[in-house]
Amino acid sequence: MSRLGDLGARLYRGEVGYDFVGKRKFWYALSILITIAAIAGLAVRGLNMGIEFKGGAVFNTPKTSISVAAAQDHAEKASGHDAIVQKLGNGGLRIQVTELNTAQADKVQTQLAKDLNIPQEKINADLVGPSWGNQIANKAWTGLGIFMILVVIYLAIAFEWRMAVAALIALIHDLTITVGVYALVGFEVTPGTVIGLLTILGYSLYDTVVVFDSLKEGSKDITKQTRFTYSEIANRSINSTLVRSINTTVVALLPVAGLLFIGGGVLGAGMLNDISLSLFVGLAAGAYSSIFIATPLVADLKEREPSIRALRKRVLAKRKAAAAKGEAPDYSDEGPDEPRDAEPDDREIPERDIPPAAVVAGPRSHGGRGRGRPSGKRR
Amino acid sequence: MAAPQKGRRQTGAPGKPGRTLILFLIALIALVGGMFGAGELTPRLGIDLAGGTTITLKAKSSPGQANAVNETNMNTAVGIIERRVNGLGVQEAEVQTQGSDNIIVNIPKGTNSQQAREQVGTTAQLYFRPVLTLGPGDPSAQQPPPDASPAPSADSSKSPSPSASDKSDKESADPPAAGAPSASETTQGRALTEELKADATPTPSGSGKPDPSGSPSASEPATPPADPATEKLQADFVALDCTNEKARGALGDNAKPGEPTLACGENDGVWEKYILGPAEVGGKDVDDANATINQQTGQWIVQMDFTGGGSKKFQAITSKLSQQQAPQNQFAIVLDGEVVSAPSVRQTLSANAEISGNFTQESAQDLGNILSYGALPLTFQEETVTTVTAALGGEQLEAGLIAGAIGLALVIIYLVLYYRGLALIAIISLLASAVMTYAIMTLLGPGIGFALNLPAVCGAIVAIGITADSFIVYFERIRDEIREGRTLRPAVERAWPRARRTILVSDFVSFLAAAVLFTVTVGKVQGFAFTLGLTTLLDVVVVFFFTKPIMTLVARTKFFSSGGSWSGLDPKRLGAKPPLRRSPRRLSAPTDPKEA
Repeated sequence: MSRLGDLGARLYRGEVGYDFVGKRKFWYALSILITIAAIAGLAVRGLNMGIEFKGGAVFNTPKTSISVAAAQDHAEKASGHDAIVQKLGNGGLRIQVTELNTAQADKVQTQLAKDLNIPQEKINADLVGPSWGNQIANKAWTGLGIFMILVVIYLAIAFEWRMAVAALIALIHDLTITVGVYALVGFEVTPGTVIGLLTILGYSLYDTVVVFDSLKEGSKDITKQTRFTYSEIANRSINSTLVRSINTTVVALLPVAGLLFIGGGVLGAGMLNDISLSLFVGLAAGAYSSIFIATPLVADLKEREPSIRALRKRVLAKRKAAAAKGEAPDYSDEGPDEPRDAEPDDREIPERDIPPAAVVAGPRSHGGRGRGRPSGKRR
Repeated sequence: MAAPQKGRRQTGAPGKPGRTLILFLIALIALVGGMFGAGELTPRLGIDLAGGTTITLKAKSSPGQANAVNETNMNTAVGIIERRVNGLGVQEAEVQTQGSDNIIVNIPKGTNSQQAREQVGTTAQLYFRPVLTLGPGDPSAQQPPPDASPAPSADSSKSPSPSASDKSDKESADPPAAGAPSASETTQGRALTEELKADATPTPSGSGKPDPSGSPSASEPATPPADPATEKLQADFVALDCTNEKARGALGDNAKPGEPTLACGENDGVWEKYILGPAEVGGKDVDDANATINQQTGQWIVQMDFTGGGSKKFQAITSKLSQQQAPQNQFAIVLDGEVVSAPSVRQTLSANAEISGNFTQESAQDLGNILSYGALPLTFQEETVTTVTAALGGEQLEAGLIAGAIGLALVIIYLVLYYRGLALIAIISLLASAVMTYAIMTLLGPGIGFALNLPAVCGAIVAIGITADSFIVYFERIRDEIREGRTLRPAVERAWPRARRTILVSDFVSFLAAAVLFTVTVGKVQGFAFTLGLTTLLDVVVVFFFTKPIMTLVARTKFFSSGGSWSGLDPKRLGAKPPLRRSPRRLSAPTDPKEA
């Protein structure tokens, strides 16, 4: 881990780094591919909605000595769907199974009667409606819509509209991928799934906001210098917060991984799986999109701004001139993603050459005193 | 809120970490003490984890409405019942249809199931009708024995209205109802009917009100002229025995809003019977209803606000009634065929009305809650009430908790490996956060009926990671400062404002999600939103009032400030620049705040 600390330091100073922004096309393409796969999965396989959304069949048995677990086992075997089994006050069982129609319910009833050793006429079968009806679903969608609008407004005020747009695209990207994974894996969608999905909302943005925060600081007064383009600064921001992003993601994923593998591995299917799968996929997608999608998108949008475009021209012109003088090699936009100086002891060289463009430090700072001024002030 | 451009203190002032910490610890101890004081040591669990009570309601098709029991009406009823039992959205009750005419309501263990039964069974058909005649409810003039709590009757229309049930319970505790409606009128009305009984030959007047004493009869335009129906009403009125539950139940079934009807009502434990005119204002005209305390009498009442159209109608009826003599200056508030209260009108009222009676706080709130969500399109009767076990096996919760513990252990191991000594602060903060969350969730059980279901448990486990994120943001900032060549104490203070902003902005986004979802949604999503909002707030509280002061204190200790290799703050390992070697051409990090 100490090597990691060292790496963190070098990432921080921009000696090493990966050119996230320069290689953005590749990551965009990857994301688009995954998204297409997710949408295709949705279109072809659809979501396997649980009883809470679709309703299904309910079987009430008279007093029986069969255990809940055994009944659940039988019911799931008979129907091929998840079953919810509860013991009632009178000693009977209430078995709920996601079912499509009465004919199938009859089949399951016959099978259950055989398995549980109860005369079939004593098991009363009925269809149940959804406990998570359309009303709840519609209200959840409305809430999601309102939240997205508000969060875009908030981020546009706190940062700027470009970042708000990029954050929203990253968020939709995360949700799509998570839903797509459900379609492909075929897990039953339960209220737990939906709740897991909603948990991701805040979290996906949390990650993105941390990177944006650093980008906002890094790009202050960017037009007053001629050393770096906006894209380079953006890249620098990702790299300097990389350790933080990795750590926060690992720390958030560890408990969820515990839920997923223990819940799934020890217990087989169940509610825990429904929740933790959506959380796991969503958190991972959220961390990925905040680094590979959101920030490069901001850089893309920013580079269209006239002042930023002018800056780019100036920076490149300056580099060209410098290259002509032979002071430094010419740097294209694509910086190397290998650290140029791998020796860790570069602290001994305070006067370093200008490092590769893709992994350079931010704008020059003026003086070391009086720096304690709040950085959060806007304009 | 968490606007990132908040004006802030200059950095570098460590403040008074000791005082903040002590305050935080006092709050923590108070919470835990409250938990023990309340005798609640575990959070209330939802139906999926702890089981509860299940109520099966059967829709009754009333005569003349053969096709009322259809899918649309059933779904509407499910929606309304769901809102009633999940008043605050955190109770985790579930409502679903079963077959074509049943509704199942599942209520988690620990919730007052008696109260819930009253809430779900009440149809809440509300009408305001002018009183035409009033009489004692028992022809034999006997005091009815106070029945403690209304047994679930076989008859749905006699749904126990909270006021009715509470009056008898509270008889001894309540002061004589000075502010009870129409206390003075009652005697008059009684006297009237006494005479009426003596008279025995009803004289049908235009208003359908027998009035031997010759008080001016209410000229109700909507009242049909004297006809067999009116006579029948009179005869029924004389025969009506309000102390008989069956008789009472039969009344509501046949009442039509547009026609005069008979009704019973309980006043201070005494049944009275009424002849009521056609409904002038209905439950649809009520916009909102709340329980409040009447400032003059100090009693609980239910205040209703009318919609625009409703208040016009209400104004018309009250101005008319205020001109009348008793008892025709009373209007009866009829809930499900039973008169809840019959206040007399002395002046024209418009925007809102209140229902008074011997309400307790709880019964007033229940009634307000029921009225707010409107009437059920169908009448239901309770078929069965029975307990159910947890929908998910106990092993799911156990596995969830084990997974959570393992996850927490992994987080701790990771933090220790990466942050060394600093991890200690993170771990203590996580523990403080966990204790606080647990205590608050436990206290909210009896407080607002908050129940924890499995998704919420998982959410709390995920919150471990999200809370730890805030520490990581702060620690990384501190390390960045140390890389800049600062010593620990200034680094801790300088890193804070910037870490604070990041934490606030990101937590604000999470909180926004929680607030929007809580406001807009219903049912399970609302419960989840509540949990998310709570954990987000606690995250901010713990970081601000616990982690930061501890960090400040720790920065003063030798172990950390000397930057030993185990402190996690070793400048050498972090690759700090030797501060003396600063050159004017230094490459400063973009993360430096301030630029002139």
